[in-house]
Amino acid sequence: MRDDIDYVPTNRFVLWGHHFTAVAGAAPIIGPGIAVIWGWLPAFLWVVLGTMFFAGVHDFGAIWASVRNQARSVGSLTGDVVSHRARTLFMIVIFLLLLMVNAVFAVAISNELQVTPSAVIPAWSAVFVAIVIGLLLYKMHVAITWPTIAGTVILYAVIYLGELVPIELPAQILGLGPGAQWILILFFYAAVASMLPVWLLLQPRDYINGIQLFIGLGILYGAVLITSPTVVAPAINPNVPAATPPLMPLLFVTIACGAISGFHGLVGSGTTSKQLNTETDARFVGYLGSVGEGALALVAIIAATAGFATLADWEAFYQTYGTQGTSAFVQGGARIAADGLGLPLAFAQTLLAVMAILFAGTTMDAGVRLQRYIVQEWGTIYNIKPLQNGYVATGVAVGACLVLAFGAGGSGGTGGMVIWPLFGTTNQLLAGLTLLVVSVILVKLGRPSRYTMIPMVFVTTMAFVSALIQLRDLYAAGNYFLVIVDLLIVVASIFVMLEATSAFIREKRKSAAAAR
Amino acid sequence: MTDPSNASVWGRLGTLLSEFYNAPYRGAVARARRDEDDLFMLFVFAELLGIPNPATYYTLELQPVLLERFHQWHTRMGLEHSPLDHFRCC
Repeated sequence: MRDDIDYVPTNRFVLWGHHFTAVAGAAPIIGPGIAVIWGWLPAFLWVVLGTMFFAGVHDFGAIWASVRNQARSVGSLTGDVVSHRARTLFMIVIFLLLLMVNAVFAVAISNELQVTPSAVIPAWSAVFVAIVIGLLLYKMHVAITWPTIAGTVILYAVIYLGELVPIELPAQILGLGPGAQWILILFFYAAVASMLPVWLLLQPRDYINGIQLFIGLGILYGAVLITSPTVVAPAINPNVPAATPPLMPLLFVTIACGAISGFHGLVGSGTTSKQLNTETDARFVGYLGSVGEGALALVAIIAATAGFATLADWEAFYQTYGTQGTSAFVQGGARIAADGLGLPLAFAQTLLAVMAILFAGTTMDAGVRLQRYIVQEWGTIYNIKPLQNGYVATGVAVGACLVLAFGAGGSGGTGGMVIWPLFGTTNQLLAGLTLLVVSVILVKLGRPSRYTMIPMVFVTTMAFVSALIQLRDLYAAGNYFLVIVDLLIVVASIFVMLEATSAFIREKRKSAAAAR
Repeated sequence: MTDPSNASVWGRLGTLLSEFYNAPYRGAVARARRDEDDLFMLFVFAELLGIPNPATYYTLELQPVLLERFHQWHTRMGLEHSPLDHFRCC
């Protein structure tokens, strides 16, 4: 199958590295940062057990199923294994998931840029560093090692510059506050970035962020091991703020990436599987990729529970559900890094804010680009000429994200954080659907399917119940826009699930008949 | 003089970083390169397809060089057989 374009056998360590960096972004930081509001123990248990019995199985299973079927994506496999109608509905769920990823991450970055003005220059400098690396490598054919070292050093050096020159946007421009202004700037940037050749920005930006991710994890785990910080948050929080939703089932959708996430199946079956050297590498790459992300989620939990001086400080920070985002990771992690490695606290805060912004930014870049491809594909399938145009498709993709970011949360553009639990729900439903498709393939082969069916039933039940609770809450809050989005996701998922279950039972009967 | 053991470690590091850099985007970059090549092929064979090309005088001598890629190009463009009556490759 090797074609030196999509299908290229790759060393499993390298493949693990880029599978891990592709799936680990800001989500395993934001989710645990919000979920510790119920106490550290539920979040800790869900991340550890979820990674071992859910995420690892899901990622490994998605890559394996793809490799066994000409390395096709899970969406495409659904068409073959289940039905074509299920495939179309599956694509709608994927489109909505990408929409939410972009809206959520734009809001998270906007919030972080407002809270930490010293991070503005370092975060945007990364774009220029990436472009220079891209030009050096592709146009001047410079060997990669020196640009990597120089780029990494520059990225850390500009953090000092950011502290000297913090940047804040004006309080009001055309009636828009700084948050809304940042969101508009970010989407304008994402639209331009998605139109640029991948080698110029996206590829070097992903690469340099991947290096940052490994260094950042090293710094944080090193600091945790040196300081052994005390967890000030309670194991189970007895004073949960008034409007916090119930732990069961919301914990399981608040922490999606870091425990189990359908997005991983898209990455695993979309790109990773095409580069697998041998089928047996699927376990190493898929399972350990999840373990890597679980490790990031764990350090986010430690930062959000042990990075505060006292319980009172922690409780003051966690006064409402769903608003913390990356700030718990930045504040708590900075304190641990400052204590452990002797870094100045302000420098450590900027460092972690830049890390969180870069992770979210890279995911947003890729998300907008993927959405553009989907819109263009629809243009081709339904023969709508304007949608086939790159500029129009980008405009539609970015426009849809802006509608979600502003439509769901008013002119402040805070819609993204309102939909975080909805994003988690969609992500988990997608994971459930992927596990169901893998189960159908296992049954077809006459193999035991309980290892994928048990996580599938659990994660799907939690996601459905969460979706229904959110539906009730959104309706009560009069947020009809999100009620429609939620309904669309629930209905599409129910249909895919019914079709997939029917396919599962059909195959089960066939294999039972064959055994007789 | 360079210490060979250091050189090999440095070289290995470079290879690893290069793979880490290229692996996720190999397909996208190769596709972009192929799109540019397709456009170039169109320039070279434009006159033979009936499309006036002012640069034919210069591209004519490239045709034998690109002949081996001609078959892949026309099949990729959705034409099962060569579109040129006097230029058959399959």
